[in-house]
Amino acid sequence: MTDTSQQGGGPAAPARKHGETLMKLTARTKRRNAAERRFQAYGIAAIGVGLLMLVILVVNIFGNGMGAFTQTFITLDVHLDQSKLDKKGNRDLEDIKKVSTFGYAPLINRAFETKAADLDLKSGLKPKAMADLLSKSAAAQLRDYVLADPARIGQTVSFRFLANSRVDGYMKGRVSRESIANDKNISAAQLDLVDELIAEGTVRRTFNPAFIFGADASDQRPEAAGIGVSMLGSLFMMVVVLALALPIGVAASIYLEEFAAKNWLTDIIEVNISNLAAVPSIVFGILGLAVFINYMHLPMSAPLVGGLVLTLMTLPTIIISTRASLKSVPPSIRDAALGVGASKMQAVFHHVLPLAAPGILTGTIIGLAQALGETAPLLLIGMVGFIASNAPDGVAAGLMSPNSAMPAQIYEWAKRADPAFYERAWGGIIILLVFLITMNTLAVILRRRFERRW
Amino acid sequence: MYDTAKTESALDQTETKISARNVQVYYGDTHAIKDVNVEIEDKTVTAFIGPSGCGKSTFLRCLNRMNDTIDICRVTGDILLDGEDIYDPKVDPVQLRAKVGMVFQKPNPFPKSIYDNIAYGPRIHGLARNKAELDEIVEKSLRRGAIWDEVKDRLDAPGTGLSGGQQQRLCIARAIATEPEVLLMDEPCSALDPIATAQVEELIDELRQSYSVVIVTHSMQQAARVSQKTAFFHLGHLVEYGETGQIFTNPEDPRTESYITGRIG
Repeated sequence: MTDTSQQGGGPAAPARKHGETLMKLTARTKRRNAAERRFQAYGIAAIGVGLLMLVILVVNIFGNGMGAFTQTFITLDVHLDQSKLDKKGNRDLEDIKKVSTFGYAPLINRAFETKAADLDLKSGLKPKAMADLLSKSAAAQLRDYVLADPARIGQTVSFRFLANSRVDGYMKGRVSRESIANDKNISAAQLDLVDELIAEGTVRRTFNPAFIFGADASDQRPEAAGIGVSMLGSLFMMVVVLALALPIGVAASIYLEEFAAKNWLTDIIEVNISNLAAVPSIVFGILGLAVFINYMHLPMSAPLVGGLVLTLMTLPTIIISTRASLKSVPPSIRDAALGVGASKMQAVFHHVLPLAAPGILTGTIIGLAQALGETAPLLLIGMVGFIASNAPDGVAAGLMSPNSAMPAQIYEWAKRADPAFYERAWGGIIILLVFLITMNTLAVILRRRFERRW
Repeated sequence: MYDTAKTESALDQTETKISARNVQVYYGDTHAIKDVNVEIEDKTVTAFIGPSGCGKSTFLRCLNRMNDTIDICRVTGDILLDGEDIYDPKVDPVQLRAKVGMVFQKPNPFPKSIYDNIAYGPRIHGLARNKAELDEIVEKSLRRGAIWDEVKDRLDAPGTGLSGGQQQRLCIARAIATEPEVLLMDEPCSALDPIATAQVEELIDELRQSYSVVIVTHSMQQAARVSQKTAFFHLGHLVEYGETGQIFTNPEDPRTESYITGRIG
């Protein structure tokens, strides 16, 4: 009650008189408690803002991206007309191959015509306009089917074709009758036909595994694009990063932490490693371009080069976390080992390293997760390749042949014009996030699981 | 070495095990040990006493070259083990430490099983040809460490799960598993309760049969109880060295007297 003159907290003055009651708060205590409550409120507010951002982000990503996992398919019975595909009728594969995808288009037109007649639809659309509801990959799908087994010519087969991205957009609510006013790719009459086909069950929107496992597709066919091949590219890069960064990083850290003398040289190295961790990733990209591609003539766009660049980026993370976990092993363990006559290396490898392993593992996984999400250096070494083909055969081919990576693929989609690609970019982000969250969870679990107490 | 009859007879002779001549230790610019000369006898418990920071632990760590692990530490002078200079460039500290075992202030068992704690030293020194021999060494060491009866049923349990006193006896057993000739103990009881301390002291007295034991301690009662010889260190100097009884009852140096009567330290 007395102590108002003591603001600013000087040395504890004997301002409080003996015999004062504890039941009443002094002004000073009240102020102190208020300050504490205020601080707690700030903290809660800060966490709240952070959480809010996270929720907005997650809702946004899932809201925009979930659509990419489903796709609109149109089921049609196509008669594989011998007069169009194999005029000579002798099922000679070479002759059949001469028929290009253009030769297959009439079959699809015919199929639509038949469908319309069966359902007694009076859309007034020409067969060609009806066939435009399908993806441009439809003819190729037919041709692949026929070439796989020419004996099928002459039969009538039910196919599940990808719908055009506009039809797909219409199913997902992205395209409406108003929005197509200036769109030459689709007309209101075509949408009417789609409505009728939906009612009839020919047009359906279902889960599309091709988005997760498939290859990228050209600008005209967003509905066919998938992230699978770039996922493989990322996988190959991670293999390179793991195979190089882990042994190099751990060996460097063990040497620096346990063996190297502490002098100006090691100080400089230490500072440089810490600085390296803060170097913008695009710098590593241009370094990789200059050294690995221009100087060493490694192939452009190859996961090997991407992996090498990401190794450079990941090394500081791994070294720093490895050194930290080596440091956290109590020196008494080293003393104990040295005391019974172990050599320094034995002490490190038999005792210190096993104790530091969970920390090293965690650091490595986090470093890998970082590398997995890295985009900028990949742009510089050309790992934004348009890879429409499927998986490479074999690990060696996988490392050396051009590929893309998940974040680069997402970037690539995001900058394409068609809004259908925009949706795929969000979908790709969901897949990337699933990987990152899995890796980070794994790191946390490993740390918890192997944490030792001494 | 374990022949008690021979040990008893050896007790009578005062054979020098370690002799230090003009030992100086520097930590960077700090002169931590100044001109220490001491003869440590075989089959004897020698206690190093002195106030904190007087250099007794530093000197102890010189005796098995544990100071080598500290970059800025520099040792000059000669330390002879059985007449051989342990700081000779030809001497590998690893081999030396197999001969001169060490027990630390804080019990520091490896976070492994009790069995592996003991077996580690013999394994890396190749003392056992097979599992049976190793088992034998482990049992013998644990018995000599006076902890066998308490742990014989749980050799696979982690050494870190034992109580503090048990851990320290485990560490002593680990140190003697490699059959050293000298056992250095750096305040082995400072982290233990009185009962565990008594057990360890009893053990030290038994170890005297076979080893030269050097023990650093802050407890003068402990020094008086377990040691035959006592060295008093003060500010890096070895002030006085002699029979324990004499140091505690009739010290020659006034500083020693002040310390043991509690006036400095």
